[in-house]
Amino acid sequence: MRHSRLSRHGRPGRWARIALGVPAATLAVFLAATPALACGGLIGPNGAVNLLRTTTFAGYHDGTEHYVTAFQFAGGGGEFGSITPLPGVPTSVEKGGDWTLQRLVRETSPVLFDAVRASAAASAGAEEIMKVKIDALDITVLKGGAADIGTWASAHGFRLPPDAPEVLDFYAQRSPIFLAAAFDADAAKARGQQVGDGTPVHITIPTDNPWVPLRILALGKTGGETVQADVYLLTDHAPALLPIPNGSNGIRLDASQRASDGLLTDLRSDRGMEWIPTSGWLTKVAVDGTAGQLGYDLAVDASGAGRPSAVDAGLALPGTPPVTTPVDITRLLLALGFVGVGLVGIGLTGRSWPGGRPLAS
Amino acid sequence: MATQRSITALGLGLAIAVLTGIAANAVARSNDPIEIPITIHYSHYEPAAVTVPVGRAVTFVITNTDPIEHEWIVGDAALHERHRTGTEPVHNARPTEITIPALSERRTTVTFPAAGSLQYICHLPGHEAYGMVGTVTITPGG
Repeated sequence: MRHSRLSRHGRPGRWARIALGVPAATLAVFLAATPALACGGLIGPNGAVNLLRTTTFAGYHDGTEHYVTAFQFAGGGGEFGSITPLPGVPTSVEKGGDWTLQRLVRETSPVLFDAVRASAAASAGAEEIMKVKIDALDITVLKGGAADIGTWASAHGFRLPPDAPEVLDFYAQRSPIFLAAAFDADAAKARGQQVGDGTPVHITIPTDNPWVPLRILALGKTGGETVQADVYLLTDHAPALLPIPNGSNGIRLDASQRASDGLLTDLRSDRGMEWIPTSGWLTKVAVDGTAGQLGYDLAVDASGAGRPSAVDAGLALPGTPPVTTPVDITRLLLALGFVGVGLVGIGLTGRSWPGGRPLAS
Repeated sequence: MATQRSITALGLGLAIAVLTGIAANAVARSNDPIEIPITIHYSHYEPAAVTVPVGRAVTFVITNTDPIEHEWIVGDAALHERHRTGTEPVHNARPTEITIPALSERRTTVTFPAAGSLQYICHLPGHEAYGMVGTVTITPGG
């Protein structure tokens, strides 16, 4: 899930740096070729991290992405929020299931389950296409370009970090849909939410455009700061990924295995998760690099065709023609010439052989 | 003869008047502020270095193309150090300290009294570290 960090209620102290040093953890699950969403952390007005982690689950089935993320309360007061780029217009935003995210983590990190704590981590021209309140979260789905979203955020009292203009442009070029979530810490406390409590949100998005946003995880961080997150994919087939998680580019492949029946059954039994299919391939990609490395998203081709999109990875602009090997006319003519010479040679050889039959009569 | 003298005198008068006008205009224009455009894009100043003459009024036309607010504060190291820990939410009271709202333009005219080098910086949280720093070089001799 793509969260950009926002602080609310005016200007923080000038000494306060908009920088998040807490590692991010993201869960994204694909059940076919579809986008999964990565989460960035959130910050409060004083620059402090108020959410321990945003955990994400995204699955795809029958042309619809089901996306579940949780915002965990880490104390403090006031309001703060995030903006999450989405791959399409959601048809619904509702409270998510209770154990889906925790069950996914346990599938690949059973020993560490109890210890997993780390973080995860539009203008007046922006069109508000949906508004939903879930517990202490005020969620607004926006449609617009980077300038629209930035202006909308300012008009609603949020302050975006300095890299936001470029990062919002990066995403808006591919999808003009963003989800703004304002978290009211005072309301959370009034509701009795304790530090570490999460509010799961389930977003349903019809889409056929697969990618996992990773660059958003680095929003608000300086180039050398560490970004850490876990991205879980569940697809029908073993997915092809771009960039390839090779460990030296800020992402590495931690797990690739058929999803167990137990996992699928457990996920399916959670609220709103009956759409989980009966089989799938589980992949875990660990994000562990510097903010400067994360200049891309993770494109996923789960169709089995093995062709993840460079546009979806943020490595090419929309409308860019696919890279093809140009035809070298000179070499082509030269090759045809060789073929011609060869045919003539064969013909002459056939005529000269005793008893040979002429090529043409 | 008298007519010829009159025409000559009239021509000389006109020439003097024209030359006087041109000279006066040139003097006036030399006192007009120099205009220097600065664009803010993706939280960076473009250009990030400008050169101006000492003692001459300079109008900076600062265009913010970003959807977020920025600042343009020019001064020496001591001034910037104060702003790094300051709490003033919005500027514009001084020509050397300007707040530029998102997607807008601001003009400010500054006369630098001494030669040297100053920096212009956005002191909103994280912006200086992100690279919103530029240099004004003030050259002697006007």
